[in-house]
Amino acid sequence: MSDLVRNLIRFFLFIMVQVYVLNKIPHLHQFITPYIYFLYLLWLPFNISRIGLLITGFITGMSLDFFTMTPGLHAAACVLVAYARPFVINILTPKDSSEFNYREPSPKALGWTPYLVYILVLTILHHGYLTLLEWLSFGTFLEFLIKIVATTAISMLLIITTELLFPRRMKFRTNTA
Amino acid sequence: MRNIFLFIRRFFTVIVFLALQALALWFLFNYNRFHRAKGLGVANEVTGWFNSRYNTAEDFFRMKEENRLLLKMNDSLMNLMSSNFIKGDTSVEVITDSIPYDTLGNFRHYAWRPAQVMYNTVSSEKNYVQINRGFNQGVKDNMGVFSSDGGLVGQVVNVSANYSQVMSLLHVQNKVNVMVKKTTSSGTISWDGKDPRYLNLGSIPKSDSLVKGDTILTGNYSLSFPPGHLVGTVAEIVPDPTTNFYVLRIKTAANFQNLQHVMLVENLQYEDQDKLLNETKKIIEDAKKIKR
Repeated sequence: MSDLVRNLIRFFLFIMVQVYVLNKIPHLHQFITPYIYFLYLLWLPFNISRIGLLITGFITGMSLDFFTMTPGLHAAACVLVAYARPFVINILTPKDSSEFNYREPSPKALGWTPYLVYILVLTILHHGYLTLLEWLSFGTFLEFLIKIVATTAISMLLIITTELLFPRRMKFRTNTA
Repeated sequence: MRNIFLFIRRFFTVIVFLALQALALWFLFNYNRFHRAKGLGVANEVTGWFNSRYNTAEDFFRMKEENRLLLKMNDSLMNLMSSNFIKGDTSVEVITDSIPYDTLGNFRHYAWRPAQVMYNTVSSEKNYVQINRGFNQGVKDNMGVFSSDGGLVGQVVNVSANYSQVMSLLHVQNKVNVMVKKTTSSGTISWDGKDPRYLNLGSIPKSDSLVKGDTILTGNYSLSFPPGHLVGTVAEIVPDPTTNFYVLRIKTAANFQNLQHVMLVENLQYEDQDKLLNETKKIIEDAKKIKR
């Protein structure tokens, strides 16, 4: 399966799951909205260009926005995640390896701890920005903080579960291939 | 100029990032102005398609609950329907003259009044008709009941305060004295419990030479019904060479399947006649006893 087809299917699945499962289930609490769709952006291949990443992020966010009828809200957060992703990856990967051995970020490619940090940082960024934009229209500052923490926690839980449930089989990239 | 291009090239990612951010925020904060735009309309079509698919699936699982709600709603609406209510029959008052003769010397023997059918069956072997008059409205046992087009329906057998039960002709135990209009020979009509359109009539002698379509009227010898009212017509003459009497199938004049309004007829002399009958019986019986 080519990267494009794989990512298209993934895109579709992530949006559908987010819209028809996570947004539909009764929320645990008003502060906790489970989010997982932005994992799509975190799973994009390493070699995608930065502009491509930004545009993909915008499209992903807008797709979800059209379903939730909040045009721009998730798109803004996704663009921020897409912009920050290369920096985080650069920091977390060893400097000496000029090329990655794997195609996509995964626990295997980065190691569990760096991968969790990578996920955590981008999740906090996403939720922080998202909640900030929502908070601009209503809510108090304490609610804002609680919401970021709660939503990040539930998202981390979901993402780790997803990683454990769906281990991506990835070929080791060798020079011969 | 060259520097500007260099600058753009160097910070192209940042510029794209900022542009997309600006676009997203512009969408967000101008949503109310924006949502009428064409682009979002198309997006709505797409999300609407997905949502309708989803709804089709979701509806299936919610059907049971929806059905329950619908039934509840129907139930509450059904209770509001005007057919649930019966108008109190206050407009009709029965007043019997203290002097039952009019100026021409006519003597009133029967009094008629309308009633409405509340409940009626034809499917059982013992069918009853319920009407909306009871003893509060002057209904008594053994009053005759005719359909609105004049055909015999039956007679009252049980009376409550505001309703009465009428034993319809479609009751296997109901035996009514009738006569053939042409010859005035009388017989007893009964029902065999099968076809609600036809009754059986025996004991009309074959000397009467009946044909199909002859009219059958209520007989002279009934305390409940005035004589000479339509009961039905001869539908079939069953050949039976073993007796000297006809075996007739009578088509009822009243349509029992859709009785709506009926007329109650009261024999004003019923008590007199009944009393006389019983006393006669008593005298004869007593006479017999004495003889023994």
